[in-house]
Amino acid sequence: ASTLVLGEHENGHMKQSSLSAIEAASRAIGVGEEENSISVLLAGSGESLQKAVSHAAMSHPSISQVLVADSDKLAHPLAEPWAALVHLIQQSGGYSHIIAASSSFGKNVLPRAASLLDVSPITDVIDISGPKLFVRPIYAGNALCTVRYTGVNPCMLTIRSTSFPVSLNSADSRSEAAPISQVDLSTFSEDSVGKSRYVNHTSQDTERADLGSARVVITGGRALKSAENFQLIEKLAAKLGGAVGATRAAVDAGFVPNELQVGQTGKIVAPELYMAFGVSGAIQHLAGMRDSKVIVAVNKDADAPIFQVADYGLVADIFEAIPELLEKLPSKK
Amino acid sequence: MKIMVAVKRVIDYAVKIRVKSDKTGVEMNNIKMSMNPFCEIALEEALRIKESGLASEVIAVSMGSNQCVDTLRTGLAMGADRAIHVDTTSTLYPLSVAKILKALIDIEKPGLLILGKQAIDDDCNQTGQMVAGLLKWPQGTFASKVVVDKEKQVARVDREVDGGLETLCLDLPAVITTDLRLNQPRYATLPNIMKAKSKVIKKVTPAELNVEIKSDLELVQVTEPPKRKGGVIVSSVDELINKLKNEAHVI
Repeated sequence: ASTLVLGEHENGHMKQSSLSAIEAASRAIGVGEEENSISVLLAGSGESLQKAVSHAAMSHPSISQVLVADSDKLAHPLAEPWAALVHLIQQSGGYSHIIAASSSFGKNVLPRAASLLDVSPITDVIDISGPKLFVRPIYAGNALCTVRYTGVNPCMLTIRSTSFPVSLNSADSRSEAAPISQVDLSTFSEDSVGKSRYVNHTSQDTERADLGSARVVITGGRALKSAENFQLIEKLAAKLGGAVGATRAAVDAGFVPNELQVGQTGKIVAPELYMAFGVSGAIQHLAGMRDSKVIVAVNKDADAPIFQVADYGLVADIFEAIPELLEKLPSKK
Repeated sequence: MKIMVAVKRVIDYAVKIRVKSDKTGVEMNNIKMSMNPFCEIALEEALRIKESGLASEVIAVSMGSNQCVDTLRTGLAMGADRAIHVDTTSTLYPLSVAKILKALIDIEKPGLLILGKQAIDDDCNQTGQMVAGLLKWPQGTFASKVVVDKEKQVARVDREVDGGLETLCLDLPAVITTDLRLNQPRYATLPNIMKAKSKVIKKVTPAELNVEIKSDLELVQVTEPPKRKGGVIVSSVDELINKLKNEAHVI
């Protein structure tokens, strides 16, 4: 197998979710095969790209090479130039698999690229049972579907990064950087490039731990009642060195920004500790956190469905329980 | 400008699904079916754009068995002007849906195609991106705000991305897929449900559109996810902290 991984980078670093995509490629796709080369593609422009490339080349022992596409047209991770780029690289590279993480980037870019290559992509793979055999959740994770890809190369997937965690030693165990090569962009042109223009990006807070990869996630629901009260959740997260999550109801009510939503259509998380406060446990929310190692639920309603998935449930008023936890929990940071 | 909206008939979002014992899929008999919630949002957005005077017609499209007509009637009752039913019993994966939509767009020539970002049955999140690729149109996926500028022929789209909100400016024609917070879809009123009965639903087949249904995926099995073991109810914050520390070892 020869796999192309679409890498995402930010602030001069390849993202953790892209490392999970490499992990998925290395762990499973080449099983039983002698050769299993993994090329990681990074695109962008300028210094931040160059730093990310150096980082990527050292980031995982399984990387065979890092491909770099440096162009102003790729300065922002837009779907139109990225899909054209993947198409261009596949034509010369002839990869058997193309993989990206199921991030908003991967979900935006990979299906578009797949349509240019006339193949059916497979979304949100959580397990790889063979080179062309994949397991993915459907119906918000209430069923698991096993599919076999029977088409021509490339087989294209997005993977759920929480299902392919990167062990710390594999991220550190490279003594020599992987070879880096520049993608020849002389034939890179595409009708749709330029029809979509980046305007801006807004983020409320970059101080918080990253929800997708945090070891601890503290989530609040509608029962928090206001953005002001939601600070209790943030204080608890800060105390435990964790990330803040929210239900759809809490996001819709304006307590916190959309990027904190955990669920079927929001972020999928699987931390070691997930603590849900005032969360009822709708199936759409459970879809986003059911793979957490330890789940704690605190809710005043003893019949709330969240208690059915919780390892530890506490029937209590959150406005009493959270301050008590803040007082009694040992500080992690 | 016309707006085309793709709508999918799915198991109602409130139904707790059951996996069939022979592992071939989920139980569909006597199950409440509805329009995919993200498709309702897509249709609502198209109707609002039309009501603000920026579009002339809203066309709803659905694909599959004859029962899709019910979903299209719902769309017409919400306010779509006419509908197209692509009649097929073949299994349609997003690539085929995208090709059929492209064929319809080549005929109807809308200025916008709006779709839900994903269907809540297969959770694929692919079709909009794929049809945009086939058409070579720009795409604004996971939209939480859409502003159409008729004079400049652009749409400004706020997208919900992992790290916050991203704003793009797309040349029309374009493809937009909707996220949850784009709008609150309306309910069809009784008079509109009555009116919808006289609206036209055109029927076509993939063959008439010269689209070959490609099947490069094979469904092997559908199974139940592993169940979580039942937990315990603790009686106090002290007991909770003790368990987390000494039993679960997570703090």
